[in-house]
Amino acid sequence: MNSAELKAFAKDIRVNIVNCIGSIGSGHVGGSLSIADVLAVLYGKHMNVDPKNPKMEGRDRLVCSKGHAGPAVYSVLAEKGFFDKDVLLTLNKGGTTLPSHCDMNKTPGVDMTAGSLGQGLSCAVGFALGSRLKKDGATIYAIIGDGETDEGQIWEAALYAGHQKLDNLIAFTDYNKCQLDGYTDKINGLDPLDKKWEAFNWDVIVVKDGNDVDEIDAAIEKAKKTTGKPHMIILNTVKGKGVSFIEDAVPGNHSMPMPQDKCAIAISEIRGE
Amino acid sequence: MITKDTLMKEVFVEGLRKYMQEDEKVVVLDADLAKCLGTNKLWADFPDRTFDVGISEANMVSIAAGLSAYGFKPVVTTFAPFATRRCADQIMISLAYAKQNAVIVGTDPGICAELNGGTHMPLEDIGMLRSIPGVVIYEPTDAVELAALIPQVFAQKGVVYVRLHRKNPPLIYSEEENRKFDLFKADVLKEGKDVTIVAEGIMVETALSAADALKEEGISCEVIANHTVKPLDEKTIVDSAKKTGAVVTCENHNAMGALRSAVCETLCENYPVPVRSVAVKEQFGEVGKVAYLRKAMHMEVTDVIDAVKEAIKAKK
Repeated sequence: MNSAELKAFAKDIRVNIVNCIGSIGSGHVGGSLSIADVLAVLYGKHMNVDPKNPKMEGRDRLVCSKGHAGPAVYSVLAEKGFFDKDVLLTLNKGGTTLPSHCDMNKTPGVDMTAGSLGQGLSCAVGFALGSRLKKDGATIYAIIGDGETDEGQIWEAALYAGHQKLDNLIAFTDYNKCQLDGYTDKINGLDPLDKKWEAFNWDVIVVKDGNDVDEIDAAIEKAKKTTGKPHMIILNTVKGKGVSFIEDAVPGNHSMPMPQDKCAIAISEIRGE
Repeated sequence: MITKDTLMKEVFVEGLRKYMQEDEKVVVLDADLAKCLGTNKLWADFPDRTFDVGISEANMVSIAAGLSAYGFKPVVTTFAPFATRRCADQIMISLAYAKQNAVIVGTDPGICAELNGGTHMPLEDIGMLRSIPGVVIYEPTDAVELAALIPQVFAQKGVVYVRLHRKNPPLIYSEEENRKFDLFKADVLKEGKDVTIVAEGIMVETALSAADALKEEGISCEVIANHTVKPLDEKTIVDSAKKTGAVVTCENHNAMGALRSAVCETLCENYPVPVRSVAVKEQFGEVGKVAYLRKAMHMEVTDVIDAVKEAIKAKK
């Protein structure tokens, strides 16, 4: 996809997120919308995956370690054709294949189960070591939350990935500056986040506008050219990006009601109508 | 050839070496205690498939889950408290809930942690893991049984927790008897009619000693070595309870959550009989040699004898 197509793809993902969460009336909409653009760039341009063969050997993999952003992952997978878009409307309903948090055993195209924060990056390190052993040439992607970065296990994984020089691992921090209880700098400040990852021997790229598909794409291209270190792309994002009333609700938009009338307003805004 | 001097850790590591030779998908992860178990002896032969992640057990377990999801067969090892309570959530979510495969080896069960003391003395590890769906929990009785069951352990899907004594507890079995072990079957070591003693780990020998002493007093004990507490071999235990009408459990663990609990749950539902238990009761571990700790934790032969007499008395 070119730049314009990626932007349109991100809009489609956002519409799906709103419909998906709207189908059950509330959910993790803020942190889902903030990663819509990176998901668009990954699945629209970079990831070697096959919707007809979700378990394809040697495919690129994504661990959405901030597992509560499941609706965002489902939205891009549905748009890619891993499953029918109608399935998005079953979110969190009994017996669904789309639970609130990502589950590799329920949803085609989901590569790792996540939900208890901090574990997914270690799982991605396991993927990256596995890919290196198999010599399959895959790239492993991981998305972690800024609040999730409070977890000690993130830094255990960071230390070991740096030690192992896992340059086939490209991780993103969804740095939307908010976590459930409030602003990250009020709860447990992360800055200077880039220096921390650099100190753990990662190649760090800071994306000024983490909701700009062109900037994200350029960062991934740059990361792919750098060898000998795992990559951390810090995305300065907006929690709830793309829908003004959700953006305005920060820091209270981690999970929020999404009644049908609000969904209609949100979709109109996303579509630019 | 296994002798009384053979260390369980040597049996395990050689079994693991064979497994790695036979299957290139096997990977081994350690958390800076490889030299204690001896898995460091695998590093030279398998440099690409051995990972020492440093002192980060949670990270180790989730990396193992990632490797499993990538098609590998991880074996993770460290001391039992760190292999369980330190990373209980990672075992639960990254491995079990995600339906991944791993053999988790936790060494130095219960009071066998000896001079490392209370911080390193797992008396709750089985209780913590037993409530996680699908986890198999195996504690070898001796080196002979361990050698026989290693292939069955490695053949399992899902999460298997091996609670491994690194040293050389007294041999209960001999290689010559060529006994057929089954990971999911308890072993009746001695038949009796007055009481059933179900024992695990280092308490099997204690139970046998108690049974010998009680025989002198005219009390006939059936002794069952129960190496796998989950899933429990319910049939062997219920059948024995039907025969004897009273049960004593003996374990190197807290009285809550492990063998006593599993046996009581089974008997309550299937064939209620009086049960008494020899186990650690609401105590933390402490530093000391096994002989001292047995006394301090009430895990001696005399404790088993007392429990047997109480159980028999409760029958009437």
